[in-house]
Amino acid sequence: MTKEMNLEERFQAYVDGENKVEPKDWMPEKYRKTLVRQISQHAHSEVVGMLPEANWITRAPSLRRKVALLAKVQDEAGHGLYLYSAAETLGADRMDLVEDLLSGKAKYSSIFNYPTPTWADIGAIGWLVDGAAIANQVMLCRTSYGPYSRAMVRICKEESFHQRQGYEILMSLAKGTPAQKKMAQEALNRWWWPSLMMFGPTDDNSPNSAQSMKWKIKRKSNDELRQEFIDKTVPQAEYLGLTVPDKNLKWNEERGHYDFGTIDWEEFYQVISGNGKCNKQRMKARQDAHNAGAWVREAANAYAEKQAARKAEEGSAA
Amino acid sequence: MKDQLLQYTLRLGDNALILGQRLGEWCGHGPILEQDIALTNIALDQLGQARLLMQYAAEQKGEGYTEDKMAFFRDVTEYHNCLMVELKNGDWGRTIARQFLFDTYNYFFYTALLSSADERLKDIAQKAIKEITYHAQWSAEWLIRLGDGTEESHRRVQESLNDLWEWTGEMFMMDEVDKAMLEAGIGVDLNRIKEQWDQKVSQIIEMATLTKPEDGWMQSGGKQGEHSEYLGYVLAEMQHLPRMHPEAEW
Amino acid sequence: MSSKDNWKIWEIFIRSRNGLSHKHVGSLHAPDAAMAIKNARDVYTRRSEGISIWVVPSDEITASSPDESEPLFTPADNKVYRHPTFYEIPDEVGHM
Repeated sequence: MTKEMNLEERFQAYVDGENKVEPKDWMPEKYRKTLVRQISQHAHSEVVGMLPEANWITRAPSLRRKVALLAKVQDEAGHGLYLYSAAETLGADRMDLVEDLLSGKAKYSSIFNYPTPTWADIGAIGWLVDGAAIANQVMLCRTSYGPYSRAMVRICKEESFHQRQGYEILMSLAKGTPAQKKMAQEALNRWWWPSLMMFGPTDDNSPNSAQSMKWKIKRKSNDELRQEFIDKTVPQAEYLGLTVPDKNLKWNEERGHYDFGTIDWEEFYQVISGNGKCNKQRMKARQDAHNAGAWVREAANAYAEKQAARKAEEGSAA
Repeated sequence: MKDQLLQYTLRLGDNALILGQRLGEWCGHGPILEQDIALTNIALDQLGQARLLMQYAAEQKGEGYTEDKMAFFRDVTEYHNCLMVELKNGDWGRTIARQFLFDTYNYFFYTALLSSADERLKDIAQKAIKEITYHAQWSAEWLIRLGDGTEESHRRVQESLNDLWEWTGEMFMMDEVDKAMLEAGIGVDLNRIKEQWDQKVSQIIEMATLTKPEDGWMQSGGKQGEHSEYLGYVLAEMQHLPRMHPEAEW
Repeated sequence: MSSKDNWKIWEIFIRSRNGLSHKHVGSLHAPDAAMAIKNARDVYTRRSEGISIWVVPSDEITASSPDESEPLFTPADNKVYRHPTFYEIPDEVGHM
């Protein structure tokens, strides 16, 4: 290393060497900020993402499906928690992060602003939304920030059942009665395009990506991940006997990938800016839970303090 | 005797199923992530027990019954759960109070069921008792925490206890089914459970700095299929999809 | 802590089976140690990952500083005689 190399250059060289950054290590302030923003958005997405699926816990059509769904939604709470914990290693306070979510300052994945009107949507979420999330998360297991990477490893391990759970639901529907099959096809129609949007804007419209890639926070571009997802998912749709709602979808022998139609980015930006069917409903559900829980969290703290005081008193008396 | 064993099994299974269903409503709406996860774990335990019991009930019933046919194709009057588990969740304090009153009952009940002459119920009890022991500990700790927490938490949880009290008596009322099962060595002596429950509940309520409500009029009927208005809505929500597509598999 | 309803952070260590040490698995929030253990059970052992749990308030952990890592850790690199390969023993002697 040359003497004039400044801290930022040393940091870059360190990251380029595929070394992990740990909480107390020196890091550029912007690296820290980018991470806190990204990790907390990811955490918010897990937590808000519980809602569209929790919507069907009480209505799952068999007891086996009910326990599987409940366990899956519970995992998402756990994943939100792991991610908040990772953000907290960077000096953020979970309560502040949650407040940013509740005030609308922080974003979460737009996909969860779509409704789940039928049971088949639960299958489609597991298969497509979790499928897309997993593609992203597998990449993030190699992210340069240690605690984030470790959280992702844990999450990926746990999520492996989520996608299977969703696909299995759709298999039952696809080989079921005509009404069930119709339900499955309609759910695919609803979720296909929003799932592709989950990977974010195209690379030429994704201004922050380059820096994230350079710092190895992100390891693959939005378009790369999207293409991988499509290539993997189309044969799975074929196996179900369902039709992907894209007339331009076609295998391109030369590229070795599927070509696909144009994503309606206008819809994407509308939903992000608050105009999805469920934006307000989701936010209200989170606000209500947080507000209704305030007295509970406070009581638990008050009790803990009393107990600690009693213990101290016992100690000094003895 | 056969019918009585079936009904006895369903009483246990329906308690677990309806409570599990109610607790499932909390998922995604808990006061903090850690407790969202904790309560969902309890819901999962209840539903796991419900499945074992529904499977056993379905086998007894024969006629091509399955756990799902038991759960999704019986109407209100064919359900045999205690009324308390079908009541609305209310706030966290009410859910905790109900959980505490029920878990404590369940703990003594399943402990006694470990010596049932019915091998299958005994097996189920052996599996369930570990879960229930944890639930009873968890809800007692929470009751104490809320009772001895802030003024607000104390007031809220005391009100919940008062409101829930009239729904507790039913758990200990012995009707012909209970008596026949006890005589056959299969069932549990609810008078004995009541004594144990009273003692434990009094002790925890005192630790929580709360006041044990006076015994007054006690509601009953759930075990025999005479329910409150709430159960119909619980079942409507739970059963609508399989009932709309009775031939479908999911 | 920004407010009265903010629970403090605990670091969680899990022993996955007897014979192994407790290993750091992550953190969570709880008002006291008793609940921290219960929360850890629900958050970090849902898939039978553990048989024993340690919880430690995060703010009671004292960590070495990365700034000091050179004086703390590099001197050990120079003491090759602490490693068995430093010593030459003929093959005929057998494993030692």
